[in-house]
Amino acid sequence: MSATPLTDAPLIEARNLRIAFGRGEHAVPVVHGVSFTLGREKLGIVGESGAGKSTVGRALMRLLPPAARVTADQLAFRDIDLLAANERQMMALRGRRMGLILQDPKYSLNPVVPVGDQIAEAWRLHHRGRAGAREAKERTLAILEAVKIRDPARVARLYPHEISGGMGQRVMIAMMLIAGPDVVIADEPTSALDVTVRLEVLHLLDELIESRGLGLILVSHDLNLVRRFCDRVIIMYAGRVMETLRAADLDRAEHPYTRGLLASLPSIRHGQDRLPVLRRDPAWLAGAGGTP
Amino acid sequence: MIEVRDLGVRFAADAPPVVAGVSFTVETGETFGLVGESGCGKSTVLRALAGLITDYAGEVRLDGAALPAARPRSFFKRVQMVFQDPYGSLHPRQTIQAQLLEPLRNQALARPADAVGAALDAVGLPRTAAFRFPHQLSGGQRQRVAIARALMLQPDILLLDEPTSALDVSVQAEILNLLMDLRAQRNLTCILVSHDLAVVAHMCHRIAVMQGGRIVDSFDAATLRAGQPAHPYTQELLAASEAYGEGAAG
Amino acid sequence: MTATFNAPQGGLRAWLKADAPRTVFQSAMQQLYRGWRRFATHPLGLAGLGVILLLVIAAIAAPWLTSHDPIAQDMVNRLQPPSAAHWFGTDEFGRDVFARVVYGARTTIYIILLVTVIVAPIGLLIGACAGYLGGWADEILMRVTDIFLSFPGLVLALGFAAALGPGITNAIIAIALTAWPPMARLARAEALSLRKADFIAAVRLQGASQARIITHHILPMCLPSVVVRLTLNMAGIILTAAGLGFLGLGAQPPLPEWGAMVSSGREFMIDCPWVITAPGIAIAVVSLAFNLAGDALRDVLDPRSGE
Repeated sequence: MSATPLTDAPLIEARNLRIAFGRGEHAVPVVHGVSFTLGREKLGIVGESGAGKSTVGRALMRLLPPAARVTADQLAFRDIDLLAANERQMMALRGRRMGLILQDPKYSLNPVVPVGDQIAEAWRLHHRGRAGAREAKERTLAILEAVKIRDPARVARLYPHEISGGMGQRVMIAMMLIAGPDVVIADEPTSALDVTVRLEVLHLLDELIESRGLGLILVSHDLNLVRRFCDRVIIMYAGRVMETLRAADLDRAEHPYTRGLLASLPSIRHGQDRLPVLRRDPAWLAGAGGTP
Repeated sequence: MIEVRDLGVRFAADAPPVVAGVSFTVETGETFGLVGESGCGKSTVLRALAGLITDYAGEVRLDGAALPAARPRSFFKRVQMVFQDPYGSLHPRQTIQAQLLEPLRNQALARPADAVGAALDAVGLPRTAAFRFPHQLSGGQRQRVAIARALMLQPDILLLDEPTSALDVSVQAEILNLLMDLRAQRNLTCILVSHDLAVVAHMCHRIAVMQGGRIVDSFDAATLRAGQPAHPYTQELLAASEAYGEGAAG
Repeated sequence: MTATFNAPQGGLRAWLKADAPRTVFQSAMQQLYRGWRRFATHPLGLAGLGVILLLVIAAIAAPWLTSHDPIAQDMVNRLQPPSAAHWFGTDEFGRDVFARVVYGARTTIYIILLVTVIVAPIGLLIGACAGYLGGWADEILMRVTDIFLSFPGLVLALGFAAALGPGITNAIIAIALTAWPPMARLARAEALSLRKADFIAAVRLQGASQARIITHHILPMCLPSVVVRLTLNMAGIILTAAGLGFLGLGAQPPLPEWGAMVSSGREFMIDCPWVITAPGIAIAVVSLAFNLAGDALRDVLDPRSGE
């Protein structure tokens, strides 16, 4: 039941997205003309630190600090212009239609509130007036089951520090999914997790995305992860898109940055004497990049 | 060269041991890898080896002689460590030069002419880095400084605690190459701790897998590359490291 | 190509802003320069610093700022209102109030310096040792700190005055002895978190002695927060010294000290308000200046905001 990308209208369209911090002559451009579209698919945004990938992810939900200036030829979620929307409209979008999963549940969950209450709160926030405490609780238990947490009633009463990292991420996914968004933006969702736990959480995410027909933007520095998990991949460097391609085609990537990045990964199976070192070509910094 | 016998570490009398019954040997010139997930105790083993943890059970032997828990000064001329976090392993308020000269001072060694310059050259940093502060360097550059500092006392054993985990992929490649070059030049014996099987497979000759404070499996790199580890936990680690996509094992 | 220190303005700027420092001196100066630029973005802090500088100038240049002798009595001209001859009027002994305020700056500086010299080293050393060494050393040092913390400054000053005789130096020592415990606590808190840092582990792995680690690696990291704290507390210290002067326990007559001036001018407050107004304002302004400068300094030195 895998969704083919772009058969329906794209969920998110970004054209020539530019983000700078500060104003006037002191403005520091961070993203230089990034373009992409997202359908009902898993899109990965890969880059090293400072490439601007997290910034792009947060810009979609207008979660950047006030010092950030976001401009674009087009930045739209479905038919809603994200640049023109006011704060009230954005608040209606955030969580309800666009969900965000962050990296470390230690920092993104409220440490003094039991996790069940936090999930219930997410539900009530987006269903004002319709939700009683009992319905919220039922929905919480249901979603905890959906994220494969055994004994949801017991876990719902635990505090964030009492659950493991993997479980914390499941709770985050639950919190995000309970509001029923169309698009999920995941910012390094598994970077803080052990490798075996990572696998489980990603499987779970995969299942949920597929079964609900959602669109996923996965921001990560881990090229291996993204190439195996996502349908399409955007490679970012220094705030620009170097290349956009299908994950399956990564081995045939053409851009030297992508090839360099792939080559510099050590491999378990193939021993090497020296890892090829990425040579950064200043020519890559010229101009905007990216085709949808 | 290094022999660890039945190492055990417990942080509180009533808490479960963080490391229990760990034994292994490392031959001269060999690079030994300790791999495992977070909390398995691999970093603790390294710190106990280094003498940063003095309260441990069991024995650590260097060239056959048992080491006292409080390591003698001379020990540090032979064994040095590179830490994981490049942002935390350099003193924020001291210049690079001061930090590179500190080991010589602490060992009361004469300072050779151009000690700092030569150290920076050896790790591929420009000499102008000497007068900078750590916050003016990138993560990769800081890690190079940390390596240079570790080599100032000309040790023959290097303990590496996740030296590239906090670095970008391309920077990791440079640092790994640097470590392998230095290892060859100076005939270093290394113990590398990592959670990344690929890094360990790349650099190490022999590998031990830790889980719950114990070594559950050990093999050589060739076995790992062939993809035929015997122990189920190792298989699980390998599968998880290699396959993220749909239809994978697990 | 570095410009020398005596080069024209453009050269000095370039030297301070150069990307790659060539000497340790240049690197240190660049750090100072950057810190100064940061500080200069706080107008109130700059104002505070300006006042402090005025204080220092007044103290140093007192003989040039006024021709009047602050101690010479002139009973004929007692309690004269402000005039061209006496800018702030005269006090009950006919002494020029302006001169006494200006020379009183010396006393204030003396207080500030002596307190800093006592409080900062003691607080830093005790706190850093307690935090880094832990165990029984920590216990003992912290209990000693608690003992001193429990003394109210004024009461201790009274005790000192009774035991050693009243005087500005004894008063300052008394104040300093009650002002160091919070600094020690601050230093200890920093040392506790630094103890676990990798860079400290790295130095331990070089065979560094504990003394070396504490003085050379831990102390410099504790210094900023203690400096900021002390600057902010300086206002309180000046006020306490003034208060002691007010009680007659601090500076003894005829030494010009602002607190003592306010005290002796009390009687004439209604009829001759100028006698206490000038020193009173001086105390308030200098205290405020330290507060403002300390606030700005905290922003510059706070390691959390990075550099």
